[in-house]
Amino acid sequence: MKTLFDKIWDKHIVDTMPDGTVQLYIDRLYCHEVTSPQAFEGLRRRGLKPMHPERIICVADHNIPTINQDQPIADPVSRLQVATLEKNCREFGLTYYGLQHPRNGIVHVVGPEYGFTLPGMTIVCGDSHTSTHGALGAIAFGIGTSEVEMTLATQCLLQRKPKTMRITVDGRMRRDVTAKDLSLYLISKMGAGGATGFFVEYAGETIRNCTMEERLTICNMSIEMGARGGMIAPDEKTIEYIHGTDFAPRWDAWKKSKAEWARLCSDPDATFDAEFSFRAEAVEPMVTFGTNPGMAMGIRERIPVPESAEDNERSSWLKALEYMGFEPWEPILGKPIDYVFLGSCTNGRVEDFAAFASIVKGKKKAESVTAWLVPGSHTVLRQIRAKNIDKILEEAGFEIRQPGCSACLAMNDDKVPPGKYVVSTSNRNFEGRQGPGARTILASPIVAAAAAITGKISDPREIYTHEA
Amino acid sequence: MKERFETITSTCVPLPLENVDTDQIIPARFLKATTRDGFGDLLFHDWRFGKDGQPDPSFVLNQGRYKGVILVTGKNFGSGSSREHAAWAIAGYGFKAIVSSFFADIFMNNALNNGLLPVVVSPEFLAETLDLLEKYPEAMLTIDLPQQSIQSHQSGRQESFEINPFRKECLLNGYDDIDHILARKEIIEAYERRL
Repeated sequence: MKTLFDKIWDKHIVDTMPDGTVQLYIDRLYCHEVTSPQAFEGLRRRGLKPMHPERIICVADHNIPTINQDQPIADPVSRLQVATLEKNCREFGLTYYGLQHPRNGIVHVVGPEYGFTLPGMTIVCGDSHTSTHGALGAIAFGIGTSEVEMTLATQCLLQRKPKTMRITVDGRMRRDVTAKDLSLYLISKMGAGGATGFFVEYAGETIRNCTMEERLTICNMSIEMGARGGMIAPDEKTIEYIHGTDFAPRWDAWKKSKAEWARLCSDPDATFDAEFSFRAEAVEPMVTFGTNPGMAMGIRERIPVPESAEDNERSSWLKALEYMGFEPWEPILGKPIDYVFLGSCTNGRVEDFAAFASIVKGKKKAESVTAWLVPGSHTVLRQIRAKNIDKILEEAGFEIRQPGCSACLAMNDDKVPPGKYVVSTSNRNFEGRQGPGARTILASPIVAAAAAITGKISDPREIYTHEA
Repeated sequence: MKERFETITSTCVPLPLENVDTDQIIPARFLKATTRDGFGDLLFHDWRFGKDGQPDPSFVLNQGRYKGVILVTGKNFGSGSSREHAAWAIAGYGFKAIVSSFFADIFMNNALNNGLLPVVVSPEFLAETLDLLEKYPEAMLTIDLPQQSIQSHQSGRQESFEINPFRKECLLNGYDDIDHILARKEIIEAYERRL
């Protein structure tokens, strides 16, 4: 009577301390340039080396430009940070996918793509969206830099066991409602801190029917309701997704792994510390109107305000609306927008580009809109070209940039100017997240595409209607 | 070895907002450094400084009436990005403890790994403290880590708070997880032989 989480967790316990703190074995560590330099510096200071270089992959993604990647990075501070990661990888003998490497891309896109992330594993990275990897049936969670150093040095982390939560979603999703909408819906119901202290397993018919890329989107967004991570039990789709990837087990090891993965599910009588159920039919295309991902609503709704909430909540809420330049109770549909960002570890995979293309096909980008279309990895870029999605996008007036985290956190030059509105397929609408003063409206690739061609917040279902 | 955590009695800095995310604590564009130093000057940068780079007098850190090493703030503090730079910025500024009704998980670990104590209090204690601070900026709190208790001097209200024994010991003695694990490296090797 164990949950999926319990099964993987228990298998990775190296030691349990008297107070219940667990020394957890870590199968995979991913590093990127922003949260690793101080960890490597710490190793040097202690005179240590990584215990298992073969369990580590390092990728430059957060700071990198999305044009002219063949040239040196213009910003000297970004250039130094990327160079520091490269130098650390060389010094410590770690795998490094730098700029222009065919496997370069956003760390959470690359890991699952090559089969380095596998079911049943424990996976960490100095990045909160590490939760993405849980889509393959792994325990994956974000850590701080001190914990990156700890993992480098010991291949272990000291952790308290989180509580477990199951979120079951049943029913069929409506037309033009995507995994991203489901995520934003769940976060709006749970609240931005609603799953704090919990590790979430997503289950139910709707989740089973999701593609692997949709599952990656859902697990990615788990952190936005405060969850330590999200996970989905592996099934035939998972196995199909992994089969033949570069790091996937082969021959006898593949058969053995498949048999092990088949056992990775919550037992029928397993109990969770919390359970929630939702219906997929209730989910509309979603947009955010505030400054955390929990402040989301159906695209046709009016901007809500909590009625008699406690003072702090109400003042935080009104501060958010003021930042966004929105009034309580007004509709969001029809609001003009300035930028569109398609990309990130949330929605930067080939299905997201295909969904975007399905809306803009045969139409033209609105002249008032600046659009940044940034594939999550070089592999995604190759897939986009192989499926001729690039042609559709180019004909509609869009250009595809080079892979990276880009405007999701605007560490590079892809910054939305102060006061401008951006419909973004990324994961966070925090104040200043996409540039100081930038106003973010989170949405699916389909809603982003509708905004890109109309220049305003538009219901994608109406665009079909006009066409007909 | 890190600095040992002692019992603290201090005035407080109130930040009565909820869901304060790590992008507000330290914006992403300041994460390009390769050392842990200098983040204190950038703490809450975009709230603390106006577009012209001058201190914004409406933000609490720029108001002379609130000082001290304890930050008191709304629930779900430290949500969002895992950046440990947020803990470095808060500790670098000079705070030693943060009081809220709950913290985001990753932030909580990052704080503890940097000798910064997150104190989880009841929503009532938090509301009363923020209320008192509004009326009496000189209101003081005492945080006693060995006893795991927090007390308001003005109201006399006292609460105990949770912290796991291992973390408490690390804070009180100034050592960290890596020291602990590497002292017992053979346990990892034994585990790996079983794999």
